[in-house]
Amino acid sequence: MNSLLFTIQQALQLLLYGDTELWSIVLLSFSVSLKAILLTTPFGLLLAFGLHHGNFTGIRFILAFFNSLLSVPTVVVGLFLYVLLTRQGPFGDLKLLFTQSAMVIGQMILCFPVLVALGYAAIQAADRRVWETSRTLGAPTWYTILTIFYEVRFGLLAAVLTGFGRVISEVGISMMVGGNIMGYTRNITTAIALETSKGEFAQGIALGLVLLSFSFLLTAFLSYIQSKKVVIT
Amino acid sequence: MNKLLFVFLIYIYCTGFVLAEPIRLATTTSTENSGLFKVLIPYFEKQTGNVVHILSFGTGQALRMGQEGNVDVVLVHAPKDEMRFVDAGYGLNRRSLMFNDFVIVGPANDPANILGENNAVRSLQKIARGKHLFVSRGDDSGTHKKELYLWKKANWEPELSWYREVGQGMGRVLQMANELRAYTITDRGTWLVMSSKLSLKVLAEGDAELYNPYSIIAVNPARYPSINYLGAMSLIAWLTSVEGQNRIRNFRLEGQPLFIPTAIKN
Repeated sequence: MNSLLFTIQQALQLLLYGDTELWSIVLLSFSVSLKAILLTTPFGLLLAFGLHHGNFTGIRFILAFFNSLLSVPTVVVGLFLYVLLTRQGPFGDLKLLFTQSAMVIGQMILCFPVLVALGYAAIQAADRRVWETSRTLGAPTWYTILTIFYEVRFGLLAAVLTGFGRVISEVGISMMVGGNIMGYTRNITTAIALETSKGEFAQGIALGLVLLSFSFLLTAFLSYIQSKKVVIT
Repeated sequence: MNKLLFVFLIYIYCTGFVLAEPIRLATTTSTENSGLFKVLIPYFEKQTGNVVHILSFGTGQALRMGQEGNVDVVLVHAPKDEMRFVDAGYGLNRRSLMFNDFVIVGPANDPANILGENNAVRSLQKIARGKHLFVSRGDDSGTHKKELYLWKKANWEPELSWYREVGQGMGRVLQMANELRAYTITDRGTWLVMSSKLSLKVLAEGDAELYNPYSIIAVNPARYPSINYLGAMSLIAWLTSVEGQNRIRNFRLEGQPLFIPTAIKN
């Protein structure tokens, strides 16, 4: 068996000397997850806003529901989507199973609760008077909403980045509804699972390093903007 | 809101749109691990302009994918189940494609003393009698089916104390057998890919019971009109053609030939 150090050295070589297969997997991973988060963000944040400003019974219940969805296992989402998308399932005719679109949809389902729950927390921090002032001055609703979003932009950004972190690192959905097809639906996490099963630890660790350095950057960025926020307010 | 939903659906649809309708091939982890398709499929794609999406499962799951119409063509290794699949009307045009063999591997010191036995059933009986650890796929794959068949022939019910059913692919099972110093049964392809990283040894091979034939079957288009039947048939045609068969014969893994083509009889 290879020593750990040797494996890591091999992994770094793969990364540095531009193993095209490896980098195309990384690219695919980011493209799918970016699509998912970008498509979900408007809906998630609007719902969060609606929950905060709306005035109807059951809001607490809905919030609790989304909070509990924060920790739903990704394989459960994958299984749920698989049953819907299989050819004999209710949406079988769309032919979405084992496509990138299926992965995008699954990841959208996964990050939606994150955006709602964390978005809600962020919007809560906004001063209620912003809404009242803006409305009194005659601004239309959409403009007021955007103003509030701008007020709490750092909190919302944190919500979006957390959602992105959740989808880029999930493996259950991608494996189940993506199918790990080489060059088409194989992303970082499913590739790691595959390479590990073949005993190709270097390739797996190389991809793991990409994810790790990404999450490090994300965390660093988050704490940076949070420190900036303190300066502004 | 309705408009937004509409735009969204169009978008989702467009991202799923590929120029040529891909041929979705469900195959077994053993063939995928060997790297055979990485060598073969590009020739097919270049000659016919088709795109092949390869999905690897255990044989049982691959057949279920065909049965549900989620793939266009299946390449598997469990003859009895293949017959059932075709008889039930799920598949058509079953062609035998190639074969290789299974081997029984275990720790180098061979505590059950099966080295040179070269009889699969007797080897398993020895392992069971001595209660030596045995790792089983347990995932309804072709290899798992073969293993269960051999246990039945050996007339031995595996017991929890020494039999570990792990529900993983062949590569993982070999790694686990290696860590546990256990015996297991594997297809030769995955063994050749993995053997340099393992301290296990081939202990029994060459028995007719360890024969491992692969077939390719198109999913029945009468059941699922929208599947890519033409693509499936062109893949079957190419793999069973003189060129396809020669490329299978010439495929080398660690310098060794791995599959012997069977589609064309001379």
